[in-house]
Amino acid sequence: MAIVNRGFQGRRRQPGAGLIPPGQYVVDDFPVLTAGPTPSVPLDDWDFTIVDDSGAVAARWTWEELRSLPGEDITVDIHCVTKWSKLGTRWTGVSVDVLLDGIDTAAEFVLAFAEGGYTTNLPLEDVLDGKAWVAYAFDGDELEAEHGGPARLLVPHLYFWKSAKWVRGLRLLEEDEPGFWEGVGYHNYGDPWREQRYWGD
Amino acid sequence: MTDPLDGNAAAGALAEALAPDITVAITTCAACGDARPVGELRAYLLAPGLVLRCATCQAAQIRLVRAPGRAWLDLRGIRVLQVELPPGE
Amino acid sequence: MRWLVATVAETIPETVAAVTLRLELPDWGGHQAGQHVDVRLTAEDGYSAQRSYSIASTPGANLLELTIVRLDDGEVSPYLTTVLDVGDPLELRGPVGGYFVWEPDETRPVLLVGGGSGVVPLMAMLRHHRAVDHQGAMHLVYSARTAEDLLYRDELKALANGHRGVTITLTRAAPPQWGGRRGRVDAALLSEVGWPPSVEPHCFVCGPTSFVEAAADALVAIGHEPAHIRTERFGPTGA
Repeated sequence: MAIVNRGFQGRRRQPGAGLIPPGQYVVDDFPVLTAGPTPSVPLDDWDFTIVDDSGAVAARWTWEELRSLPGEDITVDIHCVTKWSKLGTRWTGVSVDVLLDGIDTAAEFVLAFAEGGYTTNLPLEDVLDGKAWVAYAFDGDELEAEHGGPARLLVPHLYFWKSAKWVRGLRLLEEDEPGFWEGVGYHNYGDPWREQRYWGD
Repeated sequence: MTDPLDGNAAAGALAEALAPDITVAITTCAACGDARPVGELRAYLLAPGLVLRCATCQAAQIRLVRAPGRAWLDLRGIRVLQVELPPGE
Repeated sequence: MRWLVATVAETIPETVAAVTLRLELPDWGGHQAGQHVDVRLTAEDGYSAQRSYSIASTPGANLLELTIVRLDDGEVSPYLTTVLDVGDPLELRGPVGGYFVWEPDETRPVLLVGGGSGVVPLMAMLRHHRAVDHQGAMHLVYSARTAEDLLYRDELKALANGHRGVTITLTRAAPPQWGGRRGRVDAALLSEVGWPPSVEPHCFVCGPTSFVEAAADALVAIGHEPAHIRTERFGPTGA
């Protein structure tokens, strides 16, 4: 049982008022958490691919091609499993619905993959129907490298580790496969409203 | 903020999962074969979990996640771990 | 490895921004010079924050010493240096970090290179060297911004003898009568006060990341074996 240090407040943080998931607190800044070095990929070398379950490339966009797809401005709340929540964040990106449009698949899951080997898995239906984007702008500016630029996955209804920074594509999977954090204790699905942080939650 | 520290800074968290002093143990990277003490790996402590990466190829050798009352350790990035034993053992 | 509860026995101001905490810990099993502890603070509502601090005291001293440098935007260091008082409890875990350690059974010369608060674990090594009256050579190169930032200034002067040396360099501003060096730690300085690579000294480098990388690169450029250079970067160990 931890002791209590009299007078210690810590970096404060307003508790939510029913507007944020259980166990979270609201922040004004935008904390940077990283599991590895910040990659830098020249935009000429960058691409985003949809890979089907056999490993074949089903679709591919260069940076220019991605940027010429219809983009959306969205405002969402985001929730990190380390307990901070940031409300009303503004992003611009391409809906994953647009990227998966016309792709026929029996897959029920996706594995998002990023620079540096990071992966995260989700049910396919959780990236469809307006629930996910490939985002390239934050707060009106080009997305900074330390926040995942040039482009990151944005899936705000799940804990933010699912919004893979430096995303480079989606692999369609018929069978679910745990990603970088899901394989070592983080919850396979990650619904912040049911506080699904870890295995067994 | 995203600069890595030396693996030594991860010693306390790792000691919860492994009893001996892991920072002097030598890992062989499963990805590239580089062999060096854990204290020389590149430690990323400010993630949802803790990641120690190969100093040469950046592959994740060790992943550690702590939850209340339990922790998970993924060592698949280590091909083999050589641990120091007290003298005489 | 469990959390222990220490009691603050004494608080000693080192500089305007730094305080040494002397801690009583009945369950303490001892430590090696260079190791650190993890410190945890817990608020009334259960919120907790954790940081790592190097042990400043020599192994075998009665009280465990941590020297904390207050960061203006820090979450933990302001509490430890301005609120924590004699008689208060403090949770810590350790000692940990056998990688960055000096043991007296080593006979090779030791070159210590510290930037700012990076001098703390190196001070534990110097204090240990003195406590056991070690006859091997040990030299500290200590870089600080101004003379007011120097930790342990008087003790470092007193430590110097035939076997232990200290070179201090100030990088930002020096007082009028400053007889010491100025400027950053570089290969020229390290060559001058250190030893040639053929001596194969142990090198310990500690401080902010940019300092450590520059100093370690300089040592390698001089010709020291990377395997003989141990580094400890100071940086955020908690969010």
